[in-house]
Amino acid sequence: MNTAAPSLTDEHPNRARAEWMGLLARARPAELAALLEKAQGLPGYVLLRGPETGLVMLRGRAGGGGAPFNLGEMTATRASVRDAEGRIGHATVAGRDEAHALVAARLDAALQDPARHGALKATILEPLAHSEEQRRAALARRAAATRVDFFALTTQR
Amino acid sequence: MADHILAHPGFADPVHDAQSSFRALLQALARPGTLHAVAAPPDPPAPLSPATAAVLLTLVDSDAPVHLAGPFALLAPWVAFHTGSGEAAADGAAFVLADALPEFAALPTGSDEIPEASATVILQVPALKGGPPLILRGPGIETMQEFAPLGLPGDFVARWAANRRLYPRGIDLVLCAGDRIAGLPRSTTVTEWR
Amino acid sequence: MAYVAVKGGERAIDAAHAWLAAERRGDTAVPELETAQIREQLGRAVDRVMAEGSLYDPDLAALAIKQAQGDLIEAGFLLRALRTTLPRFGVSLPIETETMRLARRISAIFKDLPGGQVLGPTYDYTHRLLDFSLAANGTQATAPEAEARDEAAPRVPDILGREGLLEADGASAAEPFDLTRAPLTFPASRDARLQGLARGDEGFLLGLGYSTQRGYGNNHPFVGELRVGEVDVEIVPPELGFSVCIGTVELTECQMVNQFAGSKTQPAQFTRGYGLAFGHAERRAMAMALVDRALRAEELGEARTAPAQDAEFVLSTCDNVEATGFVEHLKLPHYVDFQSELETIRRLRGNTGKPATSLPEAAG
Repeated sequence: MNTAAPSLTDEHPNRARAEWMGLLARARPAELAALLEKAQGLPGYVLLRGPETGLVMLRGRAGGGGAPFNLGEMTATRASVRDAEGRIGHATVAGRDEAHALVAARLDAALQDPARHGALKATILEPLAHSEEQRRAALARRAAATRVDFFALTTQR
Repeated sequence: MADHILAHPGFADPVHDAQSSFRALLQALARPGTLHAVAAPPDPPAPLSPATAAVLLTLVDSDAPVHLAGPFALLAPWVAFHTGSGEAAADGAAFVLADALPEFAALPTGSDEIPEASATVILQVPALKGGPPLILRGPGIETMQEFAPLGLPGDFVARWAANRRLYPRGIDLVLCAGDRIAGLPRSTTVTEWR
Repeated sequence: MAYVAVKGGERAIDAAHAWLAAERRGDTAVPELETAQIREQLGRAVDRVMAEGSLYDPDLAALAIKQAQGDLIEAGFLLRALRTTLPRFGVSLPIETETMRLARRISAIFKDLPGGQVLGPTYDYTHRLLDFSLAANGTQATAPEAEARDEAAPRVPDILGREGLLEADGASAAEPFDLTRAPLTFPASRDARLQGLARGDEGFLLGLGYSTQRGYGNNHPFVGELRVGEVDVEIVPPELGFSVCIGTVELTECQMVNQFAGSKTQPAQFTRGYGLAFGHAERRAMAMALVDRALRAEELGEARTAPAQDAEFVLSTCDNVEATGFVEHLKLPHYVDFQSELETIRRLRGNTGKPATSLPEAAG
């Protein structure tokens, strides 16, 4: 790594929060909305910024591990809220779904509340992590089915 | 994290408020010394006046970094949050936010080939009227324009004359007080009222 | 040359656009395409439009393809136009392709490599026979699954690099060049070249890459590794000050390994060309890697003799939005330009003593 900013793969100053923010960002919006229906209501909120759609420049590395270069942009949508209890929540999610960004920001605020955290973790974060794990496992199983097993042909005499 | 400062929202309607404020800025710079209202955000963080906040939110972005001088340094998280601008040193800034006129020599003044690569100073003053009267002449002014802001230094006329001599290089000035702004582009000549 | 503004044609233009909309819809007895169908069933077209439009958003690319009636260059143009209207929130941390969740990963230089040869969904080994069963809708297809082995798939350069046989990646702490913010100048640095190639026209890159194999700047390429899969995108929002994942993207990466005889200062070793592309785009990633390697000729002390080795030629010509703009603008009225040329020709003919008939009549 030769970037100044810490990555999730390094020592992270706020790992727990970064992990739930990532989980919320990668969630399928429909699944997140359905889980939210089952959770107890979130506190009221005011918008501090957004939801608004913009761009993030994606960077790669020359040779895969070398100096960074700009590969191209992607769409992203962000929102920031302050909830009725004064907690500030942020979200940036890939794509253009404003409702997704707003829900993720509200959840980010609510998850900082120790009184709510446990219940939200059980009703939202854990199911999201489970379905993400299933998607990844399905990809790995499909890939495994196309893995080549070489075998030597019988030597011809 | 200075989260409390982020509790102050930006523009109520980011696209339209920025467009109308930009329009007001164009008018202010095209008609030096005249006062224009801007679409101010509802509750800007201290010590920003509503007009100063509107100008910042309209002009500053990640490609046009701002230097926050004096008491405005505390606003860095709010400015980064709403504009995407990181903190710039005075000599590398596209915009300088100050409540006292900075030394122009410390700011980028552009080059003869790229005169627009100069800094624009956003100066927050107590009022745009009621100060010592100045006479403005130049492009955008038919004969002369009176302008009497409070909060300019005593040697302003001499310092502005030095800036005027750099033309086409030089600093442009946007003055803000309350919910009003006025422009002083580098093409304007300033003299004292006699 | 002065321009003379003329007005007229609004009615004709409106009618032309209305006809275009009707032609786009086609026979209304046939169901209208949904953009979700394009995204799901024409994924390779979506990937190409995202790469050349330089904007990763499969839904928008699908919409652009629908709007452009499948004209992929026009669709890329639509994405480029859209991106100019959006603010930039920031830049990602460099993507670590080593952490890719692989759908496909092959190497043409090592048969047995850790993590194995994983074919993924590939057209390789198909017989290129038209499948008429697809013409009758209702196809059901299921991907087979097998027990996934918990085995790391290190990047092939890391395997070869351990022995010092392959040049290292190199590193730089400098902020990379961004051609969407600053004009390209020459000689262009490798970061600028890679950005230009990543959004270049696939056909043009393919032709250039092929030209190196045909002997115009050959450098003996091997596919060290080709990998396709999903990676996480992380940014550091200023309000947080730490990195968060905002989503995932699918990418294709190609490591091309090339012969290099060595020089006075360097022992013989393999060099590399690099390709990285949005989506599943193997041809693009491979062609990009071939051209990237060709453009490194000077840096590696090779004679620069072929078009693919000329950065100014390659990068100034590979952008199909710029190219189509300049070629297609020739359709627009050039009445005044042409009038002046006509007068010149008439004057020249007049000077030869031949009768100065007007050209249109002479042509008639």
